[in-house]
Amino acid sequence: MSTTALSKPLRRLPFQWRHLLYLPLILMSIFYLIPLYLMLTTGLKGFEEINLQTMWDLPKSIRFDNFIAAFQTLAPYMWNSFSMVIPAAIISSFLGSINGFVLAKWKFRGADLIFPLILFGMFIPYQSILIPLVEFMKTINMYGGLPGLVLAHVIYGIPITTLTFRNYYASLPKELVEASRMDGAGLLGTYWYILLPLSWPSFVVVLIWQFTSAWNDFLFAVVLTNPQAWPITVALNNMAGSQIIAWNIQMAGSFLAAVPTLLVYIFLGRYFLRGLMAGSLKG
Amino acid sequence: MSKNKDTVLSIALVTPSIVAVGIFIYGFIAWSVRVSLSNWKGLLPDYSWAGLKNYINLFSDPRFLVDVRNTVVFTVIFVLGCLAVGLALAIMLDQNLKGEAFFRSLFLFPMAISFIVTGVVWRWLMNPAAGDRMSGFNLLFSNLGLDFLVNSWHLTPRWGMAAIALAAIWQMSGYTMALYLGGLRAIPDEIREAARVDGASEFRIYTNIIFPLLRPVTLSAMIILGHISLKVFDLIIAIAGKQLPLDVPAIYMWQTTFDGYFFSRGAAIGILLLLSVAVLIIPYLYYTLRSEAEI
Repeated sequence: MSTTALSKPLRRLPFQWRHLLYLPLILMSIFYLIPLYLMLTTGLKGFEEINLQTMWDLPKSIRFDNFIAAFQTLAPYMWNSFSMVIPAAIISSFLGSINGFVLAKWKFRGADLIFPLILFGMFIPYQSILIPLVEFMKTINMYGGLPGLVLAHVIYGIPITTLTFRNYYASLPKELVEASRMDGAGLLGTYWYILLPLSWPSFVVVLIWQFTSAWNDFLFAVVLTNPQAWPITVALNNMAGSQIIAWNIQMAGSFLAAVPTLLVYIFLGRYFLRGLMAGSLKG
Repeated sequence: MSKNKDTVLSIALVTPSIVAVGIFIYGFIAWSVRVSLSNWKGLLPDYSWAGLKNYINLFSDPRFLVDVRNTVVFTVIFVLGCLAVGLALAIMLDQNLKGEAFFRSLFLFPMAISFIVTGVVWRWLMNPAAGDRMSGFNLLFSNLGLDFLVNSWHLTPRWGMAAIALAAIWQMSGYTMALYLGGLRAIPDEIREAARVDGASEFRIYTNIIFPLLRPVTLSAMIILGHISLKVFDLIIAIAGKQLPLDVPAIYMWQTTFDGYFFSRGAAIGILLLLSVAVLIIPYLYYTLRSEAEI
């Protein structure tokens, strides 16, 4: 589906006024851009220009006061986010790749039963496992810090990463695996020399998907970490809830919190979309 | 190299993940069920048997009933809003216009942003303050002379959830558009051509041919969006904090468990959420995987 979504259709509306469609499309574009506009224009105003009455105005001169102030408050939390998200994305991608390979190419008895059971884990509301998760993390002494949060993202990321890789490996021709077996390669050899080098598109999809969802996660973070280890989402929400920090700093902070995943989206949007479709089983 | 050795090895490779998923998902669900059937209230675990007491109490708990109503209001507005906006955008983008890729990327970018960022910005867009403190949409409406549109958004009595749903539609309607666009692109051109040859109007082609063919996409989208709305949590927290009129089961669960230490009640809410999601997702998984196997 994701490939068909990208191919150009042949048909057109047969009537001339299809150009009128640009009117609703542009209006909707404005609707989608409003929050981005506010975050950016507010962030780029000098402190003396900050006034609720003029919040919709463009900045008179470009200043970075708000971004600097927001960054000073949020930098440690952004660092927490990066140092949690990167290992989480890499580890869960590798696990997904191995699982996907086994489930797609070496069907053992029970594989067809195990796959849906793993997939269901992608959709559960985490409230249903939250109390045991916290108790468990306390028992193994991983409660409060970033390693516990990484562990949670790795494990609860297994379903989506496994699904993406399994679908990808299942789409590769059987002959690839058979030929490598004829040449005497074992299971690991086939995986390492034949399939892994072909998997980089799926790795990109899964890495950016895991990066984005771990970066954007709030629930695990708020429950599993103490304030020193807070990632950006929790810190930002805390900032927004406080009466002390002004709205302009909140806007600039929101933009900073959105920048990493927005950049991923802008430069790797095609792969992001594939992850999105895989997440609804439409990949 | 024997086939047996490979089988053993392949099982060994997936075992860590399967054990992890088994414990962290199914083991923990079972553990939550056990907590929900206990009297655990307080910092120290208490697994004394309470039967279904926590569940029964929830259904006469005024706060939980508010939560259920709020979830229903949110779900209806959010799902219908996303479907309507998503379908309209997809049909427009399906006309092979110049700039299609640009619009498509633009409508989808909110999916890359967290509900927390969306919530913090929409908190200011939907600020209900009046007079000198007026801001966001209300200020914009007032400046444009559209004062009749000024309203109190998520603080509107009884219908505040509709404002939350609006922010959620902003975030997820582009995704719905992508689902519909995929569905539209999967319809062979020949079908439309044949209808045109038979003299059908463009409008009739949509109502009589295209929309019925899109029904499976609508069903999938409803299930995906529906299960998201059952889980809605961070968006509300970021827009409004924890306020009773905007309470949902996920927030109640969090507060009663981690602020109130009423673990058994929190677990019961978590399990009820799981059951409501399972009702949607299990048939979806079943049919999706079955149709995949048929291909």
